[in-house]
Amino acid sequence: MLIKKFERGVFMLKKRIIPCLDVRNGQVVKGIQFEGIKEIASPVALGKKYSEEGADELVFYDITASKENRQIFEDFVKEVAREINIPFCVGGGIKCIDDFATVLRCGADKVSINSAAVKNPNLIREASEKYGAQCVVLSVDCKKLADNKWVVFVRGGSENTGLDVLEWIERGVKLGAGEIVVNSIDSDGMKGGYDLDLLSAIRARVTVPIIASGGAGKLEDFYEAATVSDVDGILAASVFHYGEISINELKSYLVNRGVPMRQI
Amino acid sequence: MVGVIDYGVGNIGSLTHALQKQGIPVVVSKDIEVLKTCDGLLLPGVGAFRDGIGNIDQYGLRDFIVEFAQTGKPIVGICLGMQLLYEEGKEYGTYKGLGLLKGSIEKIQGQRLPHMGWNELVINKEDPLANGLMADDHVYFVHSYYASSFGQEVVAYSDYYNKIPAIVRSGNIIGFQFHPEKSGGVGECLLRNLKEVFSC
Repeated sequence: MLIKKFERGVFMLKKRIIPCLDVRNGQVVKGIQFEGIKEIASPVALGKKYSEEGADELVFYDITASKENRQIFEDFVKEVAREINIPFCVGGGIKCIDDFATVLRCGADKVSINSAAVKNPNLIREASEKYGAQCVVLSVDCKKLADNKWVVFVRGGSENTGLDVLEWIERGVKLGAGEIVVNSIDSDGMKGGYDLDLLSAIRARVTVPIIASGGAGKLEDFYEAATVSDVDGILAASVFHYGEISINELKSYLVNRGVPMRQI
Repeated sequence: MVGVIDYGVGNIGSLTHALQKQGIPVVVSKDIEVLKTCDGLLLPGVGAFRDGIGNIDQYGLRDFIVEFAQTGKPIVGICLGMQLLYEEGKEYGTYKGLGLLKGSIEKIQGQRLPHMGWNELVINKEDPLANGLMADDHVYFVHSYYASSFGQEVVAYSDYYNKIPAIVRSGNIIGFQFHPEKSGGVGECLLRNLKEVFSC
């Protein structure tokens, strides 16, 4: 059953391993279920390390996004962009098309939007028309309410929008989002695996790349997201930051289990 | 000095930085007086063919680029920049390209588009551009249209529904469909090869 997922053979892109840096006041931080946040390291040092270790992409979120700290964040984006040679996605505090221009100028390749897209869905279309769909990443914070029913939360998981996750994502893709990052609030930082039901439900609805986020604890969790839910990229933070899983080790493991990977 | 043509299509900061990192001196300009003194030209770009070629015409660069090509100095197109080197593009209608490479740019015949992510390069013929490339080397692609012609110009390709020409070369005209500046160590190797081509 799992093997069947890879029968697209030569048409298949490699599954991407994506370390995520959540940055607050210039430091990479990590919490559990979006709370209890701890500072870990400098984003520049970590970004460079992951790029050299074979990460396929780097994601960088500004989780404070307050006005006074915005400049610090932009300086870090610039510095990270100079140190890495892989695709670079930046998000957090993106509110309007001018914010897209700013982070792209700082060296981002893709821009991730979340709350602002819910507030103003037309921003997706506007950005997609201006910079191309490949540049617009719709990040969705999801919380399970009942069986196979998930709703979209915003403002760092504190506000229930009442939007159905599957409907919202489908709409986002129609508006021009070129990639979807699916953050499971229930799984975030719990290290109990990705929300496979949620990811599979989304996979069945859209053909754009899907990035799984929230829940990585062990090697097998990555395997399941890649195979059972057939996502294109698998994002994780704390398992990499705390050195519990190295990117090399993870990729070797996945290759051995038959998952197509880029190895360096 | 390599002239990076600044014709208003996307972010070229990471590309110029990657070139400089490999010791390739660059100047970013849309001024013909500046560009014509360069040892080679680089045509970057993301977005649609129509918009890219439209901007080249708007900035009055079409004739200049074609004449520059006749001097025998290298012209390198990256991503959309490579596509613009062909005779025509069929994105949002049919548009005339620079005609420096034979063939047209057509939509990839597949369901999962764009072709966005890491794919394997397959060497089609020996060329100094591909020096140091190994089997199973991967590069980063982002595109939905491709060069549908497949002739002697193809140095390397990738499979994605179609055979996608990834590195092409016809004399001094060179194209990369993927982004070498985003392709890790393999990309850096390819940029070093480019340095030889530009002999700078």
